[in-house]
Amino acid sequence: MSTEAVPLPPVAATPGLDQPAARVLMWRHHLRWWEALPWLAAVAFYFIFPDYLGFATALLVTILFALSLDLALGYAGIITLGHAAFFGAGAYTVGLLAFHGIWTEPITSLALAALAAAVIGFASGVVLLRTQGLTLLMLTLCTMALLQEAANMAHDYTGGFDGLPSLDIAPLFGFFEFNPLYADTQYLYTLAILLVCFIFIRTLVYSPFGQSLTGIRENPLRMHAVGAPVRRRLIICYTISGAIAGVAGGLWAQTNAYVNLSALDLDRAATVLIILILGGYGRLYGAFVGAAAYLALEHFLARIYPTAWQLGLGLLLVIVALYARNGLLGLGEVLWQRYFVRRAAT
Amino acid sequence: MTEIRLETRALRRHFGALVAVQEIDFKLAAGARHALIGPNGAGKTTFINLLSGALPASRGRVLLKGNDVTDKTQAERVKLGIARTFQINRLFRGLSVLENVCISIAERVGAAPSMFYPVGRRTDVIDEAMHLLDVLKLASNAAHRVSELPYGRQRLVEIAIAIGLKPEVLLLDEPAAGVPSTESHIILDAIERLPEHIAILIIEHDMDVVFRFAKRVTVMVGGALFAEGTPREIEANPQVRAVYLGQASRG
Amino acid sequence: MIAGIDVASILLGGIAAGTVLFIVSVGLSVTMGLMGFINLAHGAFAMFGGYIIVLAMNRAHFGFTVALALGFAATAALSVVLEQFLYRRLYRAGELDQVLLTIGLIFIFMAALTIVVGPQSQPLQLPPELGGQINLGFTQYRTYSVFLIVVGFFVVAGIWLAFERTRIGAQIRATVDNRRMAESLGINVDRLFTITFAFGSGMAGLGGGLGAEFLGLDPQYALKYLVYFLIAVSVGGLGSVVGVYYASLLLGALDFVLKLYLPKGGTIFIYVLTILLLLWRPQGLFGRKAT
Repeated sequence: MSTEAVPLPPVAATPGLDQPAARVLMWRHHLRWWEALPWLAAVAFYFIFPDYLGFATALLVTILFALSLDLALGYAGIITLGHAAFFGAGAYTVGLLAFHGIWTEPITSLALAALAAAVIGFASGVVLLRTQGLTLLMLTLCTMALLQEAANMAHDYTGGFDGLPSLDIAPLFGFFEFNPLYADTQYLYTLAILLVCFIFIRTLVYSPFGQSLTGIRENPLRMHAVGAPVRRRLIICYTISGAIAGVAGGLWAQTNAYVNLSALDLDRAATVLIILILGGYGRLYGAFVGAAAYLALEHFLARIYPTAWQLGLGLLLVIVALYARNGLLGLGEVLWQRYFVRRAAT
Repeated sequence: MTEIRLETRALRRHFGALVAVQEIDFKLAAGARHALIGPNGAGKTTFINLLSGALPASRGRVLLKGNDVTDKTQAERVKLGIARTFQINRLFRGLSVLENVCISIAERVGAAPSMFYPVGRRTDVIDEAMHLLDVLKLASNAAHRVSELPYGRQRLVEIAIAIGLKPEVLLLDEPAAGVPSTESHIILDAIERLPEHIAILIIEHDMDVVFRFAKRVTVMVGGALFAEGTPREIEANPQVRAVYLGQASRG
Repeated sequence: MIAGIDVASILLGGIAAGTVLFIVSVGLSVTMGLMGFINLAHGAFAMFGGYIIVLAMNRAHFGFTVALALGFAATAALSVVLEQFLYRRLYRAGELDQVLLTIGLIFIFMAALTIVVGPQSQPLQLPPELGGQINLGFTQYRTYSVFLIVVGFFVVAGIWLAFERTRIGAQIRATVDNRRMAESLGINVDRLFTITFAFGSGMAGLGGGLGAEFLGLDPQYALKYLVYFLIAVSVGGLGSVVGVYYASLLLGALDFVLKLYLPKGGTIFIYVLTILLLLWRPQGLFGRKAT
């Protein structure tokens, strides 16, 4: 870029930064009071419902998985039906290492799970992210199906359809046991990992890099025209998203102490997509709301009458697609605007 | 003789057997106000795409300040100082006007790859964006989502994004297209206020705009250069009148 | 090399399977090509039609031909209703909303059929004249498979002729090619879509019934074969009838052979081939380049 005659020199005093639009942008990343709520709720849950910590751990894992998808789909607009590929890669990394007695330390195992998933994310991203729309959807779907078939075929190592049961995970910090009957350790451990990953993702989406991802989502052609290396950014995003999904998969394997082919299932990929859209994509907390709503409904309805749950879920999806495109959070926002902000204004 | 900013030598682009742009030799001087006119399908937008790097050339060269940029990608050419707008809006519709411009400025100043500090801390980017919006009389819309703006204002955002790149060469593809004639003067005023040193190539259909704005006019017909001169010369050129102006007045 | 089973029977079996795949998928290809609507519920339409056909024969004791006609008509009618009330509202929406809507529809279909008919598989009783073996001169083969192949051939020829020779076919081709241009020429794209959608869904229903004999028919059908339908469509090329025909035959034959010789994990080749092909030609074998 030239250094000569700057066409629009910024004035010395900066009245521009005082304007509302600029202030919104400058304050957007600051923490709001309500952002503490999910974490307070999680801690409260630990004390109030000690018998439900197994369920709650599964919920935290699902939130993390949905957050990873939000980064790729909600922020960068990468439409994928194959995100379970990374979840499965992470799960099988932890599972294989533990089952064959190679490595059982939980935190480093998770790092390895992230690495394995990131490698797959990078490799597939380099190849797939040239395409879009239906083709991209199909390619992500086929990549996941391919991994699942591969895991099925490598029966000798992966246990094929039956998977790897009763994984032996080393105690956390050499002290806290993963006890299948009391999920205390699993819950707090998963919560801590989720918090770390969430802080990372939150920082990322409010950064200039995150802003450029939303630019790509909104209009890739224009991003090319402002000189952004669009494909490189997408690949980086896809790799990071894959790594986080890998952490979620690794956590899933550790907290359940088993891995099977369901980790790589279309069902899992579709479910996380549904959860994210249900909660609201491209807004971080949609993953929390969607996962909580979905798992709670499933937990209570599916046990009683699974077909009714399926029917209800189907109807819910249709309604969300037609009337609540921004998900439950979007719906809540509209109601909030209507009843509180308007009242405050008058 | 002023310095040449952008030059093409025997530039050509074909799609299969269809030749969209054929062997064009063209020069854009520093600070130029140059209009590119021609009937529909003359290859004007294709020519802009070749200049900006959105399309690779089939043959020929593109030179920016004497340096060959033919093999450079669009992103590389932007870094070297070529910016463009689009005939049909290509904006970040779900984002605020301010963010639209910030994205472009962040890209130019090299902030965009940063992952570990928030956008809000780059007050230099935000401040420059606000200032730019102010100059383009868009400041009152800064907080609005682009999709909520009337079309004419959106066309201004289109230009603001390009200016945020601080280009030396600006390619404007029908900047007032689709804007009601009562509002098009806003766009024209904005273009006329652009810094003088920028070399501007503008595709335009409206002859009043061309004659008001341009100091030089190039006519393209059937993918080739047909005539070039001052607006007065072009207006007086009987052949141009025959192939283009007559047609325009009929249409 | 290929011990025991001769090449001809493998080919016939594969082509018969591919034909069913084609009959189900062709409508999806044309409607996606027309509107770019990602309709994942297409498999659910096939399942619905299949149920109508099988139930009409097993419970109401209709003849095979009557049941097929009924299945076609019922699926087409249902699809028009859904199109008018649901799909229409999301034509211009993002792919994500379309995916969500149609996944929702899949669940509704699956749950509704489980509740109304039951979770068990519904067997197709072939009419006796299609049940036996037929002498083709060079080999003996199952009459029903040969019947399917012949039907499939007539269907592809019929649709191809309709595409090339009729006014509506020309309109469809023009719209798949360039929707904006077609609209500016005064083609009523919405009406065109409704007609094609109804016909394509009817065909899917027909395919669901015709294929029930070896694909089975239970409430999981809509999800189980969805990937196959999508592969056939994306490999063949959106909006291309002939492309989907070739892709389906290829896929059917490949799947048949792989299941025979590599029952464990043979499908991995199908995924690899699909990925490679889509990377080489993102628009599919016969698809027009996306604009």
